[in-house]
Amino acid sequence: MTINGTEVSADVEPRTLLVHFIREQASLKGTNIGCDSSSCGACTIHLNGESVKSCTVLAVQADDQEVTTIEGLADGETLHPMQEAFRDCHALQCGYCTPGMVMAAISLLDEVPTPTELEVREGLEGNLCRCTGYHNIVKAVLQASGSKS
Amino acid sequence: MIPAAFDYQRADSKEQAISLLSEYGDEAKLLAGGHSLIPLMKYRLAAPGVVVDVGRISELSYVRDEGDYLAIGALTCHREIEINDLVLANTGLLAAATKQVGDPQVRHRGTIGGALAHGDPASDIPSAVLALRASFIIEGPSGEREVGADDFFTGFLETALEPEELLTEIRVPKVPNSTWSFQKFNRRAQDWAIVGASVLIADDQCGVGLVNMDSKPVRASLLEDAIVSGASAEEASELAAEGLEPPSDINASTEYRSHLARVLTKRGLQESGK
Repeated sequence: MTINGTEVSADVEPRTLLVHFIREQASLKGTNIGCDSSSCGACTIHLNGESVKSCTVLAVQADDQEVTTIEGLADGETLHPMQEAFRDCHALQCGYCTPGMVMAAISLLDEVPTPTELEVREGLEGNLCRCTGYHNIVKAVLQASGSKS
Repeated sequence: MIPAAFDYQRADSKEQAISLLSEYGDEAKLLAGGHSLIPLMKYRLAAPGVVVDVGRISELSYVRDEGDYLAIGALTCHREIEINDLVLANTGLLAAATKQVGDPQVRHRGTIGGALAHGDPASDIPSAVLALRASFIIEGPSGEREVGADDFFTGFLETALEPEELLTEIRVPKVPNSTWSFQKFNRRAQDWAIVGASVLIADDQCGVGLVNMDSKPVRASLLEDAIVSGASAEEASELAAEGLEPPSDINASTEYRSHLARVLTKRGLQESGK
């Protein structure tokens, strides 16, 4: 498969989960494992441009497909606009949910470019922030979209 | 959590999928989007010897206008159904129920066929296809057959599908001049429904499918009959749980689920203009 534009190839057991492939085979540790049961969204990545929970996808299902992780967003020192908005709005507390939140938020704006606050909240329903820092996360997504909160 | 070991086979066509199912029989499970099967495998509640991945059979991902019904390919993902113009224009109830499935990440991967073939009474989609009187096209080694939604769900996580058969298409009738409502009661945003209700009202027709109100997806048939006979929403909704055996679990008792069914169907009927 291609991860962040780089071909990554390995022989794996069919039961290998995509999140483990990303963390262990590709050594990209930005994608976190939170609940491991498709609930928390910490492991959200893009598979062919759409947000998915990589703990609920087998690595073999992503064979020959395109994966983007949090490490694939910035262009050198230049952050992705969503990362920039998260920094500006201080949209993180402990930071554990942040990579998944950013990936889910980018996918949301691809589908709904100028969402309302409600659409942002609904669009991020698959991502939990255990610090309960949702207020600034929603603010950051609205800022990145150019929508008024 | 890691699933138990299994052999993986990828099918590139429905014929190949059926042939692999015939070869492995009971040992095999079909993998579509994987959002029912993979969690079950991770919890080790399912440990199939062979997983047949049908997720890339693109010929089974479509929504077509067939005149008096919409034909939806079994591998069409929830997200596509949620925003599809044909679905929104003709069977808005299905779009509304689909939009309530899990969360956006789940809806990017999960498919309508996978959700239906799983036969989960707690799933939102079966209630909508029951209310809409949809039918299912099932293909196997001996050809194709069509099964109505009422006959498709046979028990807890059990359907009319035989081990060597593949669900290929869902046919959803267009109901002219219909109004509808989807009601879901849950504790947190992405949770399964504690109880849900799909309500469809047309000139001389009433369809009400229920979520989590029996060991399999069911219709509130006594309620439907009452509406067709002219009962008010208030009167008919009293019958919502009649004859059903809702489960009792940590979220709700049988009695509370029955109460919710009455309240949600009343809201649904009223929202549909009754």
